[in-house]
Amino acid sequence: MKGKVLLLGIGNPSRKDDGLGPALAARFEADCPEGVDVDANYQLSLEDACTLSEYEKVVILDASAKGDGAFTFEEVEPDPAKEFSTHLILPPSILSIAREFFQAEGLLYVLGMRGYDFESFEEGLTEVAAANLEESEAYLRGWLTEA
Amino acid sequence: MSIPVETSARKITIEPVTRVEGHGKVTILLDDDGKVQQARLHIVEFRGFERFIQGRPFWEVPVIVQRLCGICPVSHHLAAAKAMDIIVGVDELSPTADKMRRLMHYGQMFQSHALHFFHLCSPDLLFGFGSDPKQRNVLGVAAAHPDLAVQGVNMRRFGQEIILATAGKKIHGTGAIPGGVNKNLTIEERDKFLAEIPQMKEWALSAVAIAKNYTVENLSTVADFGTFPSNYMSLVRDDGAMDLYHGKLRAIDHNGDKLIDGAPYSGYLDHIAEEVRNWSYMKFPFMKNMGTEDGWYRVGPLARMNVVDFIDTPLAEVARQEFVALGAGAPVHVTMGYHWARMIELLHSLEEMERLLNDPDLQGDELVRTGERRSEAVGVIEAPRGTLIHHYEVDDNDMVTMANLIVSTTHNNEGMNRSVAKVANDYLSGVEITEGLLNHIEVAIRAYDPCLSCATHAMGRMPLEVELVGADGKQLDRKVKD
Repeated sequence: MKGKVLLLGIGNPSRKDDGLGPALAARFEADCPEGVDVDANYQLSLEDACTLSEYEKVVILDASAKGDGAFTFEEVEPDPAKEFSTHLILPPSILSIAREFFQAEGLLYVLGMRGYDFESFEEGLTEVAAANLEESEAYLRGWLTEA
Repeated sequence: MSIPVETSARKITIEPVTRVEGHGKVTILLDDDGKVQQARLHIVEFRGFERFIQGRPFWEVPVIVQRLCGICPVSHHLAAAKAMDIIVGVDELSPTADKMRRLMHYGQMFQSHALHFFHLCSPDLLFGFGSDPKQRNVLGVAAAHPDLAVQGVNMRRFGQEIILATAGKKIHGTGAIPGGVNKNLTIEERDKFLAEIPQMKEWALSAVAIAKNYTVENLSTVADFGTFPSNYMSLVRDDGAMDLYHGKLRAIDHNGDKLIDGAPYSGYLDHIAEEVRNWSYMKFPFMKNMGTEDGWYRVGPLARMNVVDFIDTPLAEVARQEFVALGAGAPVHVTMGYHWARMIELLHSLEEMERLLNDPDLQGDELVRTGERRSEAVGVIEAPRGTLIHHYEVDDNDMVTMANLIVSTTHNNEGMNRSVAKVANDYLSGVEITEGLLNHIEVAIRAYDPCLSCATHAMGRMPLEVELVGADGKQLDRKVKD
């Protein structure tokens, strides 16, 4: 077991609000509570299943394409459904693999931050998404104190 | 915040909500008689890359282009670096730089193919794509082959460690720079990798055997599944050998006769054009000498097996010969053959890495060469999913003024549409999209493993949506994979 909690930012910083996950990960990297590890990547991948087995709790930080609020925070249940592309591996699938093959016992959560512009090939968040990032960070810091 | 937070909730439907990339939509169009007239796989090619890259200094490009895709960043890194070699006037890299880049590339091929094999392909191959979906997933694999997933993850990890050692970083690698590389491989790194080669080879051979056995034992089912005759294209070495890092363009027709051969890829526009269709942002490449109707082609592992004369590593060559025997002298058109071909390339990549790791040039000191500056260049590489073309123009101030990319999935656009249409033709009954049809369409798309991250910019909410549209344009049915 590496540590208690891993925050895993997912997204592409060059696609506007898709960069919400890495942006929040960067904030926690700069000011990280004790016992929390931080990492970031473009998207989930197979080996993340192995990583999951090394933590008590993992929170995927990601942009969300829908929702009325600033963010959602939910626990993931494993689902072995098979995707049709290596370019789209979903959290329930990763959790299934982690549980079945790597004896992961920890919990997996997704913090989905509402984004709005995913089409532009540009760096930087939209103003609304940046505000959502603030709310998400405040919530997550509070959650971590209790985790 | 208006969304309730339910940390205790156990139910969750993680729609792909949280990912904006990776969505496909299939529209099946029926004619007046209710027969399949056409199938359209909508993968929305991103727009805006040219704008993003224009105005940037050319030396930044090999790093920036990795943001195009989280699965194949190394392919974009190397294709861009190859173009920028030309820009800085270097036609031939030092042996150390060339071999470091090749090692990086074969590491990428190995980890990418391992990911596809375990995550997508192995459940289909072990249980058959017509079997119960409740079994045909990673849990089913776990029950039947408990070691397989660990092998898959470890093979992927090995490839990624090769990338880390050659590119310098897990993501946003900087190893390849215009004119060369910025590091060599230490003896310690080399020895660590060499120690793992025997185990990786055993697993790679096992993966080839699984793919081969499935294809051969189920040939009566898979031979016709999403299958049709086509042209094929890839790079080949001057002597006709498979070379995934560098070579010249070769294309063959459905009989195996050469349509293009020995063509320097810098002149790709002399041979390839792209057709625009009003229903798709993604273009449809075709060979100019054949026209839009007959000139489309497929790329990737299946194409490479058909196009090359031989593979220059012993175990993979034996496997290739077994594969091409399926065609009995003609190209193998079996779409499901992509899986077997992919595993042969996995083995070949491992053999190439072993050869490179034993080459003392990797410890050489000549990392970068320079030359006379040029203003336009093309870099092409055989990426895991097929031929990847990067084309740039650079002004006197070192700024990129034009960028044009043709990614592997774009080359395969027509082929994927035809496979989906074939499956729809064979499995659609009435005007209902059954779970079986949806499943078979997925299987057909999975064979190509389209690169959605680089090929799409559209946001969506479902991984795969299939709609059935009547001759009057009205939607008859719609089903979503959830």
